[in-house]
Amino acid sequence: MNVPTMAELTAQGKQPDVLFWVGCAGSFDDRAKKITKAFVKILTHAKVNFAVLGTEESCTGDPAKRSGNEFLFQMQAMTNIEVLNAYDVKKIVTACPHCFNTIKNEYPELGGSYEVMHHTQFLKTLLDEGKISIEGGSYKGKKITFHDPCYLGRANDVYEAPRELIRKLEVELIEMKRCKINGLCCGAGGAQMFKDAEKGNKEVNVLRTEDALEIKPDIIATGCPFCNTMMTDGVKNKEKEDDVQVMDIAEMIANAQDL
Amino acid sequence: MQYLPNIVFALLLIGGVGFFIQNIRKLKRNIHLGKAIDRSDQKKERWSNMFKIALGQSKMVRRPVSGFLHIIVYVGFIIINIEVLEIILDGLLGTHRLFLGLLGSAFYSFLIGVFEVLAFLVLVSVIVFWARRNVLRIKRFWYKEMTAWPKNDGNIILYFEMVLMSLFLLMNATDIHFQEINIGNTISQYISPLFANLSEGTNHVIERTAWWIHIVGILAFLNYLYYSKHLHILLAFPNTFYANLKPKGQFANNATVTKEVQTMMDPNADPYAVPEEPEGEPEKFGASDVTDLNWVQLMNAYTCTECGRCSSVCPANQTGKELSPRAIMMKTRDRVEEVGKNIDANKGEFKEDGKQLLNDYISPEELWACTSCNACVEECPVNIDPLSIIMDMRQYLVMEQSAAPQELNTMMGNIENNGAPWPYNQMDRLNWKDE
Repeated sequence: MNVPTMAELTAQGKQPDVLFWVGCAGSFDDRAKKITKAFVKILTHAKVNFAVLGTEESCTGDPAKRSGNEFLFQMQAMTNIEVLNAYDVKKIVTACPHCFNTIKNEYPELGGSYEVMHHTQFLKTLLDEGKISIEGGSYKGKKITFHDPCYLGRANDVYEAPRELIRKLEVELIEMKRCKINGLCCGAGGAQMFKDAEKGNKEVNVLRTEDALEIKPDIIATGCPFCNTMMTDGVKNKEKEDDVQVMDIAEMIANAQDL
Repeated sequence: MQYLPNIVFALLLIGGVGFFIQNIRKLKRNIHLGKAIDRSDQKKERWSNMFKIALGQSKMVRRPVSGFLHIIVYVGFIIINIEVLEIILDGLLGTHRLFLGLLGSAFYSFLIGVFEVLAFLVLVSVIVFWARRNVLRIKRFWYKEMTAWPKNDGNIILYFEMVLMSLFLLMNATDIHFQEINIGNTISQYISPLFANLSEGTNHVIERTAWWIHIVGILAFLNYLYYSKHLHILLAFPNTFYANLKPKGQFANNATVTKEVQTMMDPNADPYAVPEEPEGEPEKFGASDVTDLNWVQLMNAYTCTECGRCSSVCPANQTGKELSPRAIMMKTRDRVEEVGKNIDANKGEFKEDGKQLLNDYISPEELWACTSCNACVEECPVNIDPLSIIMDMRQYLVMEQSAAPQELNTMMGNIENNGAPWPYNQMDRLNWKDE
């Protein structure tokens, strides 16, 4: 897979239009890597002039900040900002709502101001500009529900871009009883992903999966690698993995266009 | 002697209002025990939020049943207050239905007619509210933080309103002259027949008694506010005005840390320089007590009316964890109150009491259960932000006490060493492209 890095392009005296911020999950998590690759396939297909930071990318600091370690967060932030500013990055797209939120909202005060887009927003613009076309393909007619990531939805009021993309897949978009501003968390945010839950009577991801299974979808669509993990685990917990898939919107679009 | 009622009334009024003002001063002082935070920007948006959310109740009606009933009680409360103005003037001047002469019978009858209908609707709504709490036992009113006092407080407010509305209708129903001229008695005309068998004198005694208890009740209710969750009827307005306007996902960057990190990363900084001694005590990171929080967070605590909508949408709470965002607000208020009383008892100086918000009120277990999903913030009908308190307290736990759960320490160690929350080498970050 041909993925140009900022270092390579700069060496050739080129400047990409957009930086794809892959994020830690997108770089290292086996499930999330598939999302990363699907998104790169779409970018390449749409002939987007993009690059990644590759080995120069580092955690945005989101889980550190949400754990209370402001020092570590700002160290990460300022290191990343130095790199981004050195490459004169103007526009960033990422498939992780946590990276999206942190870079978009928390970096400017620390010296890093960029136009930041979630990949669903970016794909929506590609679609609007006619750079990609979306057809249903194998998804045509399927029942799909979208699980709103907290850091995309409530945190940044992005609800429509992912839904418009899903509708383009000629599917039946069905909503869970709690959706959009009322969406229930998958349980991973605030650094919960990296620790066991406190004592309780249920796991949050199981509760959220129950919301989804209640409306009997074929696919639970997500826009966040952590939500994806949590919902996938939830579906397994309910032993429904043969009936219900958990897919990122980028994966569905790439699959539908046979990329 | 003929002025005795006027004098008694004036004294009651001065006493009632005076005591209330004294408590409001205390309230203001307590709120300003919090740290400074500048929320004076974007005035236009702030006013608009206040109009929409506090005055317009836009977030209340997201839950249509309680929202609709609440609007009735709220509108009734505000409009019926015009009648209280007449009652106060009558009381001071020794007149009876002063506005009847001043406004003319047509307009007066319209006003009182509307007040009576509203009073009746408020009475019905408040009874439904009571039933929702005590008969239907809606879950959020029975969470474990709803111990004896919060539960009683909720009911006492409803009883107050029931009694006040009933007295208003009763005093109109037994006002024989008012019934005889038969204007504006939209509801009370159906109550007055119940008293038809009683003598005019008895009716008058009932009317006077109801009138007096009604106004004394209003003054008592006014003064009950400060001790109750019902302060929201006042604080909802400043609270929505000063609420956070930034995206909900944007958490404040700690400026002290920024300075430190900048110095550390400055290539021109002299590594052997003696660090500047900061004046006074070094800045504490995060919050372990109410005085570490900002005044908006403390105002949030006083504004909370304990409706529990936040906790009913909290993922942690719904899965049986210790955390309840409402309890975070209630505990914060309890602690500010305790600090305030301590200051009052010690001639304006806080005397160390060996207690703090952390551990003595809010446990680390509650704080670590939060997913920072913002559901509580989104849900609050008056824009209270429990999440910001949770995050400030986590910051204290980690930065002042190194007291994060072990797995989070591992995660943070990984970020520090290899730039990812997992133990993968940063040099492998692009391996996915060839896999």
